[in-house]
Order: sequence, then structure tokens, then C-alpha cells
Amino acid sequence: MYPDNLRYTREHEWVRVEGGIATMGITDHAQQELGDIVYVELPKPGAAVEQGKALGTVESVKAVSEIFSPASGEVTEINTTLADEPEKLNEDPHGEAWLVKIRLRAPEDLVELMSAAEYQAYVGAEK
Amino acid sequence: MAAATALRATPLNAVHRDLRAKLVDFGGWEMPIQYSGIIDEHRAVRASVGLFDVSHMGEIEIRGPEAGALTDFITTNRARNLKIGQAQYSGLLYSHGGFVDDILVHKVAEDHYFLCVNAANQEKDFAHIREWNRFDARVELTSDRYVQLAVQGPKGLATLQKLTGAGLAAMRYYSFTDGHVAGAPARIARTGYTGEDGFEIYIEPAQAERIWNDLLQAGAEFGIKPCGLGARNTLRLEACYALYGHEIDASISPLEASLEWIVKFDKGDFVGREALLRQKEGGARRKLAGFEMRGRGIARDGCEVYLDGAAAGWVTSGSPSPTLEKNIGLCYLPPDRAEAPGQAIQIMIRNQPVDAVTVATPFYKRAK
Repeated sequence: MYPDNLRYTREHEWVRVEGGIATMGITDHAQQELGDIVYVELPKPGAAVEQGKALGTVESVKAVSEIFSPASGEVTEINTTLADEPEKLNEDPHGEAWLVKIRLRAPEDLVELMSAAEYQAYVGAEK
Repeated sequence: MAAATALRATPLNAVHRDLRAKLVDFGGWEMPIQYSGIIDEHRAVRASVGLFDVSHMGEIEIRGPEAGALTDFITTNRARNLKIGQAQYSGLLYSHGGFVDDILVHKVAEDHYFLCVNAANQEKDFAHIREWNRFDARVELTSDRYVQLAVQGPKGLATLQKLTGAGLAAMRYYSFTDGHVAGAPARIARTGYTGEDGFEIYIEPAQAERIWNDLLQAGAEFGIKPCGLGARNTLRLEACYALYGHEIDASISPLEASLEWIVKFDKGDFVGREALLRQKEGGARRKLAGFEMRGRGIARDGCEVYLDGAAAGWVTSGSPSPTLEKNIGLCYLPPDRAEAPGQAIQIMIRNQPVDAVTVATPFYKRAK
């Protein structure tokens, strides 16, 4: 269910690092809890983000949820297709519907994040 | 996500769990917010039929020789003129003119009125009615005796008709009849909170699970879907039905909430009448208006509304509209501006002003 090549936060974001750039999104558990996602608000490229601080919001029909940054650094790219197709977050949250790419300031930030097995156990226990 | 305090559950709680509903705390009740998804359920009701467990709603019954006089005195609409078998939307007001609750009044017999009230308000309503009971009437809170199911949508009639001998097609909107559903006694009302044709039935809790399953089976050929409170909210918002705690509350009068049509000043005295008359003479402080978002973003209840650069009101309900595929909402504005659609407004969403425009309501009206 949860890909092994991603790391996971307690706030239900995932992150994948390639060459000092972290790609992040929300987890399948998060999209299921939210329900039909209808709006995504993301930072602008160039914005500074801090680990654990809000970097944007996702909204379902019913509720607004903040997205927290899994790491500190600078936003290099955002997934612009989500502005018109937010429902992709319900369909492919770990893949096509990534949210933001971040140039990491402190790659060690990610050490404390959960592995897939740990995250699976975490969402299992939360229910 | 463990609940800190015990939530009240309807007799269908286990059924909702089996259907993998997402359950949430709704005013102290553990209720299904959605099953397959809010948009999917919303569309099922607009296009065909949906089934809702609304057993959290309360029932208050007024009986006795002066049941009619008491009901008329504590409500804003003309309860006295109801015929047996008629239902009526009405307001229960404080003497200062604000809402205790909005309710449905059903006249069962000359000496028996059946009130359907909001879940979170039922104890408050009951105490309020008893306090004003200066009549030869008995007031009873009977919520535990009923499960309330709503069968809503254009195929609601065909679904329910399979399970009852009552002539549903001949029933007028806002009428009800006491009969049977799936062999069990039921009060069947042609009422609803979705903007579609449909029925609300009041049944014995012991029969609820069987009748729920029979209704799902009866509606299977129409693609019936179990629907949660999420879809109930988007459906009622498109139809512009007030929700207590949002469009109306103790600080809001029916004149402000576009509900003057349920206030009958000429019917004689009723609780709140004097305050409403004063308000009518002095002019309401604010009025409800509908709006559509122009900028990106979804207004949510509590967001501030700006007119000409100054704070002028607040959003009472806001949501994406699955039918219109726009982001819509209701808000309070100064009366002169609320009454003229086409006003440019800004809604503060996360401290950013986002453009919107006021529009005529309701957002959705079904074709007759």
C-alpha cells in the first residue's frame, strides 16, 4: 500500500528525495480521510518552507486541512495541474498528484520521518 | 481519533459501520458524514434517489384539548389552520425574536401535534415549549421512540412505493399519512431537506435495520445510495434551506434570515411577535444573501465579508456546489445590499480577500 521509497510524517505527508530535491505530497490515508478533494493551495516557487510549518492547504467538500512541510528549504516547483484537477489527489496521491518539490536545506531533517512499515502501523493504530 | 466523551448513536450505527461510512461527531451524535463520497451521494439524490438516516433529529409531541392553541402560540407560522395530515415549516422563537429552532409541525389529530426538531436543540426546545405552556396541553419529548429515514430524489417515490400500500403519488408536498412501510407502522411525510421530491418516514427503532435494508433493495434498480450528512448539507445549501447554527440562531430573526414567509403577524399573539413587529418597523439590521465565488477559493462559515473595502457581514455556509460546479455560499449583509443581486463582495479566506458576487437564490430549484 505505502511505497517503500517514500518517508512519511505524522501529519500524513510523504516525501521522496532525489539529488537534494525532496518531492512531497499527501498520503493515501490523508486523501481517504478528506474525501472528495476540490481545492489545493500551494506556495509559489522560490518560497521558503520550514519543516513542520504549514505550506499550503487542501480542501475537500466538507473541510479545510493544512499541509505541513516535511522538510526545510526552498520551493523549486509546484504541481500546477492540481489547480484545475484537484481530484487527482484522490486518484493518485503518491504519484501523479505530488504537490511540491523542495531544495533541501538540511537533508538530515528527513531522518526522523517514518518508513512505509512504520507509517502503515501508525495509521493502523490511529483508527 | 478516539472520542473523549460518549457520543449518542442512532439505532442504525452498526449498519453504517458495515457500510464503511465515515462517522463523525455531529452535535454530540456519531453520524455518517459520507459513504461513497459527498459528491457521488449528492448526485445520486439529484439524479435518482438517496437514503439518509436522520434519526438524530428530535421529536416533540403536543397533546390535549388545547394542543393546537399551544402549538400556534409557540410557533411563527399558522399552525391553527393546518388540516389533519398536513405538515408545515415553522419557527420557534424567543420573545426577543431570535430562533430557538426551526421545526416541522405535523397535525396528527385535533388534539395531537407532532414536531420534528433539530438534534442538538431538542432538550432546549422541549424546555422552551414547556415554559410557555399556559394551555391545557401536554408536551412530551419522544425522540427515542422514532427512527427517521429520508428517501430523497426523483426516484424516491418509486422506491418507497414498493414497500407501502399508502398512495404516495396522491400525497401533496408537505402532507403526511400514518400507514405502514415493509409491514411496520410508519408516519410517512412528503417532506425533505434536499430540494428534491422525497419522503421522510418515522418508524419504530426495532424495525429500523430491516426497513433500511429493504429500502436499499427497493431502490437498487434506480442506483439508490446511502447518503451521509455531508451530502445533506450540500443539497440543502443549493436549495437555500437554513441550518441552525449557521443561517439561524438565537441572535437571528426570521425577518433577517429570508424567512418572513413563515411569520404570520395577523394570526394572533405568538412568542416573539412583538419583537418582530418592532424589527419590521425599524428595519432589519441585516439580511441573508447568496453568493458565488469569482476568485479561487471556497468560502467557509465564519469568513468575513467585505463590501466597498469595509467589513460588512459574515459567511453562514459555504461549499463547492456539485450541481452548479461552482463555489457558493450564503452570507449576512446590510439589507439594502443583500436584496440586490450582482453586488461585488470580497470574502476573507485565510486572511486574503477573494472576489465573489451576490446572486439570486435559491441556487438550485428542481424542475416541476
